[in-house]
Amino acid sequence: MTAPDEPAFEAPWHAQVFALTVHLNETGHFAWPDWAKAFGATLKRHGLTRELNGGDDYFIAWLETLETLLDGQGLADAQAVETTRAAWERAFLSTAHGAPVTLVQDA
Amino acid sequence: MPHDHDHPHSLLPPDPALRVKALETILTEKGLVDPATLDEIIDTYQNRIGPKNGAGVVARMWHDPAFRDAMLSDPMPMLRELDLYGRQGEHMVFVENTDAVHNVVVCTLCSCYPWPLLGIPPGWYKSDAYRARIVREPRAVLAEFGVDIPKGKKVRVWDSTAEMRYLVVPQRPEGTDGWGQDALAELVTRDSMIGTGLAMVPTP
Repeated sequence: MTAPDEPAFEAPWHAQVFALTVHLNETGHFAWPDWAKAFGATLKRHGLTRELNGGDDYFIAWLETLETLLDGQGLADAQAVETTRAAWERAFLSTAHGAPVTLVQDA
Repeated sequence: MPHDHDHPHSLLPPDPALRVKALETILTEKGLVDPATLDEIIDTYQNRIGPKNGAGVVARMWHDPAFRDAMLSDPMPMLRELDLYGRQGEHMVFVENTDAVHNVVVCTLCSCYPWPLLGIPPGWYKSDAYRARIVREPRAVLAEFGVDIPKGKKVRVWDSTAEMRYLVVPQRPEGTDGWGQDALAELVTRDSMIGTGLAMVPTP
């Protein structure tokens, strides 16, 4: 039975990576069938070693697919993503709890 | 990483969340992504699109024979008119349950799903277990969902793709003669439109 208040997304970042992908598709950066094919391949690869539960692991596969796609297209190369990720990590760790976290890029 | 101390700094989001933020930062700086549009997409899928959309269409099909016929032959013109079509360009097919056949939908490749009509798929729809087993042993899986299909009834499994997505039209429950469309829509569950459930039976 459908639980009426089941949230659409279990975690905020699931929603964010979903929206990012839909947005990039709608602005013409990739066709949806190509996305589905690449995503299906990632899921299959991840599913070889363990049974995917359709929750966090589903969106981890989603994110990996998007990262690979954007790296391949030169829209966000892997090195830049890692640098920016690390900058966000530092921003969270150096911002007082409760204060808005903003990114200070030193790279 | 465990955090036992009081939080002098902001709670660090999980690693994938930081990676998503990194992508968003890079793409926004390049002008490829508009953060306001991202918020709008999230709001749409979180709050405005859900199984209620599909339930309204199914109830109307039960209620209005001409609409039913149109939806079964080609639902796309009507879905466009109702603003219930997919921005990802997929084609929809409505498959109707009858006394002779029960339909159920899966995506074995990934998790293609009729978003505009049902919203974001539930976790089990995306799980390996469902995606693999519903094809191999549909009756056993349906039984686990509490749907027992009699021996004489055929079970048809529809495998969605990026281009083609399916919605099951459940059988209209007995005892609903003369019901209005809105009352009928209340009986149409998400699972009944995936095929892992039936429409609710009204309590007399």
